[in-house]
Amino acid sequence: MAFKEYRLGSAMVGGSLGLSMIITIFLPSFDLRSAVSTKVALEKQLSAGFDVGFGYADPLLLGINRPITVVLEADPKTGAKFDPPVTAYVYQSGVPMPPNVRHPNDLGKGVQDLSEGLGQIGGVSGSNHSVGQKEGVVFTIGLGEFDGEEVSYIENATATRGWVPEATLAAAGDKNTFKISQGKTEFVVQGCWWCHTLLPEQTQDWQVFGAPPYLGDFNGENPTAFGSDRKAPDLLHVGTRNSSREWMLLHFFNPRLVQVNSIMPRFDYLWGEKDAQGNVIDYDKWRAEYLEYASGKRVYPPEVPDYAPDSEIRALIDWVLSLK
Amino acid sequence: MLLKYLTGKNEDIPAGSSAIFFGFSSIFWFVVGTGLGSFNAAKLAFPDFVTGTELFAFGHMRQVHVLAVIVGWISMAFAMTMMYMTPALGNTKLWSEKLGLWTGMMWNIGLSTALLSLWIGITSGREYSDFAWPLDLVILLGVITPLCVNVIMTIAHRRTQGIYITNWFFGSCTFMVGIVLLVGNSPEYFHLTGLSEAYLTWWNAHNLLGLWITPVAAAIAYYTIPKLTGNPLYSHRIGHMHFWSIIVFYSTPASHHIMSSPIPEWLKSFASVEGVLILIPAVAFVANILLTMKGKWTLFVENIETKFSMTGVLLAIPLNMQGGFQQTRSINWYIHGTGWIVAHAHLALLGMSTFLEIAAVYFGLQQMLKRKVYSLALANIHYWFVLIGFCIYWISMTIAGLIQGAGKIYEVPYIDVVIAEHPYMIARWVGGTMVFTGNLVWLFNMWMTARAGTVLPEGRYAHELAYER
Ligand code: HEC
Ligand code: HEM
Repeated sequence: MAFKEYRLGSAMVGGSLGLSMIITIFLPSFDLRSAVSTKVALEKQLSAGFDVGFGYADPLLLGINRPITVVLEADPKTGAKFDPPVTAYVYQSGVPMPPNVRHPNDLGKGVQDLSEGLGQIGGVSGSNHSVGQKEGVVFTIGLGEFDGEEVSYIENATATRGWVPEATLAAAGDKNTFKISQGKTEFVVQGCWWCHTLLPEQTQDWQVFGAPPYLGDFNGENPTAFGSDRKAPDLLHVGTRNSSREWMLLHFFNPRLVQVNSIMPRFDYLWGEKDAQGNVIDYDKWRAEYLEYASGKRVYPPEVPDYAPDSEIRALIDWVLSLK
Repeated sequence: MLLKYLTGKNEDIPAGSSAIFFGFSSIFWFVVGTGLGSFNAAKLAFPDFVTGTELFAFGHMRQVHVLAVIVGWISMAFAMTMMYMTPALGNTKLWSEKLGLWTGMMWNIGLSTALLSLWIGITSGREYSDFAWPLDLVILLGVITPLCVNVIMTIAHRRTQGIYITNWFFGSCTFMVGIVLLVGNSPEYFHLTGLSEAYLTWWNAHNLLGLWITPVAAAIAYYTIPKLTGNPLYSHRIGHMHFWSIIVFYSTPASHHIMSSPIPEWLKSFASVEGVLILIPAVAFVANILLTMKGKWTLFVENIETKFSMTGVLLAIPLNMQGGFQQTRSINWYIHGTGWIVAHAHLALLGMSTFLEIAAVYFGLQQMLKRKVYSLALANIHYWFVLIGFCIYWISMTIAGLIQGAGKIYEVPYIDVVIAEHPYMIARWVGGTMVFTGNLVWLFNMWMTARAGTVLPEGRYAHELAYER
């Protein structure tokens, strides 16, 4: 054991791994952290909330404790009409605050200043954080000016306009309520991202799938889950290509209804037990009739049931259609 | 018996017990993992195969396949080889057989829990670190750390003067993979968001491959090939060049996995250059082993372990050629996100790495059980099924990837790409199912070896004996 080459060797292994981590993690972190949130990033994180993967508030990923996105045609407090309508993000009590409300310095220069100043998000983060959580908060996205440039920022509408979660949800009504956060959780849990990406590449495919995202589009998103392996169209802007809820309905129940050659799995199980009218959905019957249709014994495929308002598929479609 | 050893005194446990336990566990996970792979492939070829239940949906099963083969098969096979090679190379005993057995227990329990939870949909949504972070920590602290301690302590208690190259790899890779898991999962514990999260996800994935799966597989070949052929390693120095250049070059190009995302441009360029430099360790390894084979090439035909090992080494050649160049900007834009990458991933894991590990598990199990492999015929069936199955898989997915790439740049309507890929999806399923079948044969063969293989005379190696069946 007198031979000490291993001492030097071990030190060198540690040293080179350390150096490699300095170059590949520490240095890029300056670039990555200097990203300034775009409006897209604010919309994404306010509608998705703290986490769409595993987290304390929803450890089994059932879609509970999630923010809800609403579109308001009138002010929930004063009743004044809005034209155009205003999108608000409702965080009821117990829902964790969005990442960058907790850590505003990740918003980037300008956005942070305006959000903390005009937007008054300081009240919910920092020391009052738990107070804000208890009563719930409603956020909107404001537009202000910083250094002569237009900047979108997060606005705590509960502080600036006195909107409270329950009244805001009531003012919007079910038709204008979108469960985008739960929908994105479905995207992660159901593994849509093993086939679909959320990242048009910086090559030609933006002509079909739309513009590739900017650096600042990702601030506050967790997990980003933009996928690595594409077997299906990119979805980042799918809502602009196809905004038909009816098409989505058929396509998710059984993609072969609208696209015979599709390899997308059926997501009929996301309908749950009952349809919109509260009737039990008879899947076996549906599948049997569909088989008859597929083998040419029936002219029309069986009717796809309407989903119940609290079904998982509703949340998923809400999210898909929000991808503009 | 296992229970007795787990609670008994370390001295009472026969040497090799943990290697045997890990060996059979890894084969079991190999069967499970490839079975899942074949199931997934069937779903991509025939989307209405087993349809309409949440648990058996493709999106719930894919990541279970990936982690079952990586953490179950590949990593457990690594642990198995470490349990017998490290002491043999240090001319000593494993530091603690008891710790080894406990590691194996924790590994099986932890992995089953993690895979079940992943299966029902509890996921962090980060590829290759899909488990929720408490389970990542269980794997890190309950599995990787004790393995690392055991390996490093065995090396420290060696009774030889120098440290052979295989043990350099084993000691530092078990340590480095711990660091990689610790740092790579930081987005989950510290809730990092945005591109920092995306980048660290791929940093983690890249380094799992680069500092764990490829180097340890190569280290195994540095042991098996000289052992089986009786030739000394061609050059220990080239081996060291391999070792150091892996650490320096392979630990840096993480961002080449996300070349089409808006990460800093300097990082992409840096990653591409470093990625090409990975050819240095790659060529060093392949050349070193091929030169070690000098004069013994008949064994490539006659001896089953050499057959597997050398196939793995030869598959490393196309693997590294692909790997070095597909990540440069001029090629990556074409094949990124296509089946080409899936083919490449299987060339690395199912081709190169798995073949080297199969050889080592065959060799080690025979040695530890002190029995000759039960049937050469079955072993040959295993070899050809895995090789042919893999080739079908690799070729069909490579073609599918090129079709997808063309579809991508010529902006063909997506559904036409799906239609064009269909035959290759079926071929992939056929190939993968062959691999799975081969593994069932293997499990049977090793089980029979443990029960009915010819007992080795004292002091003899299994490969020195003639085959009987
Ligand atoms: C096995 C791969 C696969 C999975 C998993 C998958 N899809 Fe698809 N998806 C496809 C394919 C292939 C197409 C293109 C053919 C078609 O329209 O069905 C498609 C099309 C779509 C489209 C229409 C895209 C367009 O450009 O019009 C949407 C929206 C969509 N999928 C959403 C989803 C969602 C949401 C999930 C998860 C619940 C999902 N997909 C899971 C393969 C998949
Ligand atoms: C030890 C053997 C194997 C290993 C280590 C392995 C590893 C992997 C890995 C790492 C991936 C992810 C690929 C990526 O994201 O690019 C993957 C995906 C996959 N594997 Fe395997 N695999 C093995 C065997 C098999 C077999 C035998 C089959 C059977 C056909 C199979 C079928 C699949 C399928 C269908 C996917 C999904 C690909 C996709 O999403 O397009 N694998 N595997």
